Amino acid sequence: MSPRKKKMLTLALAVAGLALATALILTAFEKNLMYFYSPSEIAMGDAPENRPFRIGGMVVKGSVIREKDTLGVWFNLTDYAHERMVYYKGILPDLFREGQGIVAKGGLNETGLFVATEVLAKHDENYMPPEVADALKKSQKYQNLK
Amino acid sequence: MIIELGHFSIVLALICSVMLSIIPIIGAQTNNAHLMAIAKSAARAQFLLVFLGFLALTWAFVTNDFSLTYVASNSNSSLPLGFRISAVWGAHEGSLLLWVLILSIWMAAFTCSNNDMPLKFKARVLAILGIISFGFLIFMLFTSNPFLRSLPSPANGLDLNPLLQDLGLIIHPPLLYAGYVGFSVPFALAVAALLGDGVNPEWARWARPWVLVAWSFLTIGISLGSWWAYYELGWGGWWFWDPVENASFMPWLLGTALVHSLAASEKRNIFKSWTILLAIATFGLSLIGTFLVRSGILTSVHAFATDPTRGVFILAFLTIVIGGALAVFAANKPQSDSLADNSLAARETFLLTNSIVLSVATATVLLGTLYPLLIDALGLGKMSVGAPYFNSVFIPLMVPLLMLIGFGQTAHWRRDSFRRLFSIAKYPAACATTLAVGAWAMLEGTGAIQAALALLMAFWVIVTTLKNLYLQLSNATKISPVRRAFLGQSVAHIGFAVTVIGVTLVSIYSVEKHVRMSPGESIEFSSYQATFNSIKKITGPNYSGVEATFNVTQDEKIIAVLFPQKRNYNAGSQTMTEAGISAGITKDIYIALGEKIDTEDWGVRLNIKPFVRWIWFGAFLMAAGGMIAASDLRFQRLNKNRHPSTQT
Repeated sequence: MSPRKKKMLTLALAVAGLALATALILTAFEKNLMYFYSPSEIAMGDAPENRPFRIGGMVVKGSVIREKDTLGVWFNLTDYAHERMVYYKGILPDLFREGQGIVAKGGLNETGLFVATEVLAKHDENYMPPEVADALKKSQKYQNLK
Repeated sequence: MIIELGHFSIVLALICSVMLSIIPIIGAQTNNAHLMAIAKSAARAQFLLVFLGFLALTWAFVTNDFSLTYVASNSNSSLPLGFRISAVWGAHEGSLLLWVLILSIWMAAFTCSNNDMPLKFKARVLAILGIISFGFLIFMLFTSNPFLRSLPSPANGLDLNPLLQDLGLIIHPPLLYAGYVGFSVPFALAVAALLGDGVNPEWARWARPWVLVAWSFLTIGISLGSWWAYYELGWGGWWFWDPVENASFMPWLLGTALVHSLAASEKRNIFKSWTILLAIATFGLSLIGTFLVRSGILTSVHAFATDPTRGVFILAFLTIVIGGALAVFAANKPQSDSLADNSLAARETFLLTNSIVLSVATATVLLGTLYPLLIDALGLGKMSVGAPYFNSVFIPLMVPLLMLIGFGQTAHWRRDSFRRLFSIAKYPAACATTLAVGAWAMLEGTGAIQAALALLMAFWVIVTTLKNLYLQLSNATKISPVRRAFLGQSVAHIGFAVTVIGVTLVSIYSVEKHVRMSPGESIEFSSYQATFNSIKKITGPNYSGVEATFNVTQDEKIIAVLFPQKRNYNAGSQTMTEAGISAGITKDIYIALGEKIDTEDWGVRLNIKPFVRWIWFGAFLMAAGGMIAASDLRFQRLNKNRHPSTQT
């Protein structure tokens, strides 16, 4: 092979490899982006129906109900404008408490219940997830406008 | 009094860093040896002063001086002494002091390196490190000063975050920082080379041990963090693609590329621009990591007590340091490489591909980490990037990387042919395939094919590395023994393969079960039976809680008795999960308590984690390999007669 051909081959291989990598990366990226919606945004119909997303808010005091004999649990999340009921089956994080902010991953079922696959709460006593703090601020503004 | 002295010595250190940033540079430009010689003393003085400041803060923690705001918010008189000491770096202010201390240690170490670097070059390197320490000292004194008092002092402190009350957290931050900050030395070496004599094989030889040692520390630091998250967070996960983990992983990926590219620069005087850019970018990513962790823009277990103004400072500092370095690069770009007489199958090609793959990997992590932040900053919504993204991108990237290791280390520099490479790869490939087929026969389930393929790649690396090592050892003589650089390289490559084996098997064959149980109950999971025997109250020095006893049996034989705990820390009334873990070479059995439900029942998390230890053991081997290579005598050699650039 002449040096020139060799160079071209190397270049072609490199470009093809990079193109393939970029395509793979961007497809995977698109598929796995997960948006965040507050209970108010869900109530307004912004949340996607057939794609998982994240919800966040404060756990409404007194709303936590346990399923009998299993790890299932229902609770309501609020941004103080709207509430959304969440169902989760599994072990809740240590910092899950009534009156505290949490974020859950999952999706809406046909009845409008948010079925969570994962519940996240941060390990810090004063902590409020930034998404939740933001959602609370927004809903407050929204109420002031009314 | 001691506190004020400590505070004062940090201020003096700041003055030292100012002198260090200015005087040696002037000396280097004007060829004034006296001015250049100041670099050494200023760097050592700065180290001593920062160390005194660090000791003073440690003293405040040991003596429970709660008049210091930082001590009051991160310690408590009931905290055991060991944790009071590690609480020094338990939060932002103190960890910044640790950052500066470690930077000063690196600088002091650099002043002691006794090889043949010219005085001018050394002066420039130290001056650049001085500029970096100036930035961080200013940052600490003005935005995050741990020495501030608030009087009257509270009677007791708020206590250290219970998550951090753990051996893993005593050692994880210092080692991680040693790696992060360690990349400041290659950065300074790169910029100093651009300012002075340029990049040549001799420069690469000076830079290699520093890159290797920093890389080794970063490897150990990251794997300790992973190990800590595994046993302390109570989820049984070892890597979450959490932005803060990514922040440490990106410099590691690029640092790995740097290790390899630098080898080519030393041996063949090529990839010079690329090596310099990697050195700059690796340190840049370390700074970005610091920015991400300390600015409070991340949702993460690591982002304690954060403040946006700090983020702005670090971002500005990052822009100045990296922007400045890139400007120097643009003005003094090394001449481009001549690879015209190289054959495609030469080792250079493999090292180049290594750089490309690792850079693409870094870019994908960067995209997944920064894109959500960017969208948020632009007010376009809140989002996160799920772990499946990283997994689906990373696995296809790692396959070619593993394949290349096997070929790359047998390929000759400059000239080689694929025919030769394939012909010597025959037996190792057959051997690895046999092993993988054997493993496949033992594996079950839907993931068996993927697992066997990944194992094939790992075996391929191990077999080829061992073969090379054997050949080198059998050819070694007293006069030309096996070089430590080669030994270290082999150990690190085997370590990488070991980590890949661990990651593969734990990802595909982990079993997790969440159940509701009460004492006395038994449950089947996988091929095991777990019995919840009893639960009792326990009291620790600063917490109270419960401890459960679980018997795990297999075929009627007890194989493990586990004692998972649930603790309530008194001072902050935080709840913590301490998992019960039976560690083993082929598997961990991992049981954690969830919460109490009703009167008798508990949520219980049962996990089988096959080969999870291999992940960290492999990382340990990689780090050990880096250290062995760094100790190669060639890097310490005083070189009187400059060797030709193509010497191998």
